[in-house]
Amino acid sequence: MTSALGSAPTGRDDRRTRTTPTRAHRFRWARAAGTGWLYVLPALVMYAVFVLRPLVLTLQYSLYDWNGIGVARWVGLDNYLTVFTDSDLLKIIGNAIVLIVFFSFIPVALGLLVASMVRRITTGAFGTVVRTILFLPQVIPLVAAGIAWSWLLSSNGLVNQALRAVGLGGVARAWLGDFDTALPAVGVIGAWVLLGLCTILLVTGMSKIDPALYEAARLDGAGPVREFLAVTLPSLRQEIGVCLTVTIIAALASFDIVYISTSGGPGLQTTVPGLEIYRLAFSQRQVGLASALAVVLMLLVLACVLPIQRLSRGEKP
Amino acid sequence: MNLSRREQLTGRVFLIALIVVTLLPFVSMLSAALQPRGTVPNGLEWPSDPQWGNFADAFTAANMGALLRSSLLIVAGVVPVSVLIATMAGFGLGQLRVPGGRLVFGLFLLGLTLPFEAVVTPLYYQMQDLGLLNTRWAIILPLIGLYMPFAVFWMRAHFTNVPVELSEAARVDGSSTWQLFWRVQVPLARPAIASLTILMFLWTWNQFLLAIVLVDDATKRTMAGALGAFQGQWGTDLVLLCAGSLLILTPTLIVFLIFQRQFIKALIQGSVKG
Repeated sequence: MTSALGSAPTGRDDRRTRTTPTRAHRFRWARAAGTGWLYVLPALVMYAVFVLRPLVLTLQYSLYDWNGIGVARWVGLDNYLTVFTDSDLLKIIGNAIVLIVFFSFIPVALGLLVASMVRRITTGAFGTVVRTILFLPQVIPLVAAGIAWSWLLSSNGLVNQALRAVGLGGVARAWLGDFDTALPAVGVIGAWVLLGLCTILLVTGMSKIDPALYEAARLDGAGPVREFLAVTLPSLRQEIGVCLTVTIIAALASFDIVYISTSGGPGLQTTVPGLEIYRLAFSQRQVGLASALAVVLMLLVLACVLPIQRLSRGEKP
Repeated sequence: MNLSRREQLTGRVFLIALIVVTLLPFVSMLSAALQPRGTVPNGLEWPSDPQWGNFADAFTAANMGALLRSSLLIVAGVVPVSVLIATMAGFGLGQLRVPGGRLVFGLFLLGLTLPFEAVVTPLYYQMQDLGLLNTRWAIILPLIGLYMPFAVFWMRAHFTNVPVELSEAARVDGSSTWQLFWRVQVPLARPAIASLTILMFLWTWNQFLLAIVLVDDATKRTMAGALGAFQGQWGTDLVLLCAGSLLILTPTLIVFLIFQRQFIKALIQGSVKG
């Protein structure tokens, strides 16, 4: 104690003797703030160098016509004009929005259906098995899901085999290669990946609802539909918000599944913004246009996600 | 909860249907992987003479040994550092409450919904300038940065809920901030850190976009990136492709089944907070 000349014991002495409490406090506080920043700094530096800097560069590139090697030419907002007027690019953005139906609405709707049927997965062995299996698609790489489903949806695949077995051989086709069915087929892959997650999240939320609410609804003579609308849906607001947020981001920013299962074809039928950014930037060397599309994609994600966050969180007490 | 017997039954039926749908793709892949090489498999039919040797062929064709090593190196480069610096930042923002912390936190939140596609192009040129293209560093360094919004958000949420009195008590005992962090706060944060570690491991192992953009050599990629290359090479040989895909899945599945409880907890919390 006596030989301690380090800063920490000094601070302690100040505190104990309380000669000048305010000064000592302020001193300690400032020092703590300085040290505090040292804790935040490493994360901030990595974030700044590998996310914020590239983000600013994306914004900058989007204002230039650049092939990635030569001299960049300033074009102002021309790239954005192209994104919003080029029919191919509009179609590509439209594809991502169609995918929301499959990646987001279907898993959430089916998840709600299952959740309201099950209410509570039994805690025993059955419950554990159910949870484990439903989470499998979350654990494997999306690439693997893409490969598995490309096989299932191919002309010799399980889907067609099942159709033929029930006498619907006439509709059998290479689902991912057909002009009309390719995009919904990709959507089905996404729905498969996200369905388990949504179901588990919703069932977990469901088990937190006070059973008394259901009993009250039943005493009031509510049928299953009324019960669902009056009790289940409002109580699960937050969980539904979470499911929608996660799945909408997955739909708009999809890349892995499409890259593996269709490479965006046939034609542009299944091309999504993520894939087009990759192609424009690295195959067609239109870095400026790719960056403008990236900025639009980023804003689209925010435009979809922020209102959901507000709705699902804001109105809860 | 008083559910009638009939309701319970329909609930079970739905769940079992869901389980079957979830498992079918895996079973169908397995049945294809066991067919004789060179044949064209059909949907789901158990082969009369299952060719388990296909897995050995796929192991060699996919260069699994090298792939495993590469993925492990990338995970080893990303996960410990990410978890450490995110925990420190969460501590600084949530517990020490540094001045200006709200602003910094807002900056991190900006990145929470950022699609990786939005930054992958500049990252390519940045890695080129640093001379790191086609090395594992090209995946490791950006991933650490890209994980920071979620990881800091996650750890800050934990540290905000730890009573400040705890830190003050430790200070009165004369411990420095560093000691306070390691001896008091980190042990308390272990559940949050464990969940974060699991999520980071999974996301790194399954990272595809950065792997295919920044690294050409499949043996220097993550598992998911390598699987993409494997499909490119063996896409026409369905039997080998299915065998290889299942092999590449196996390590994650094993880890998942061992830490099943923690994984599910982490994934549920992860999506709720994210």
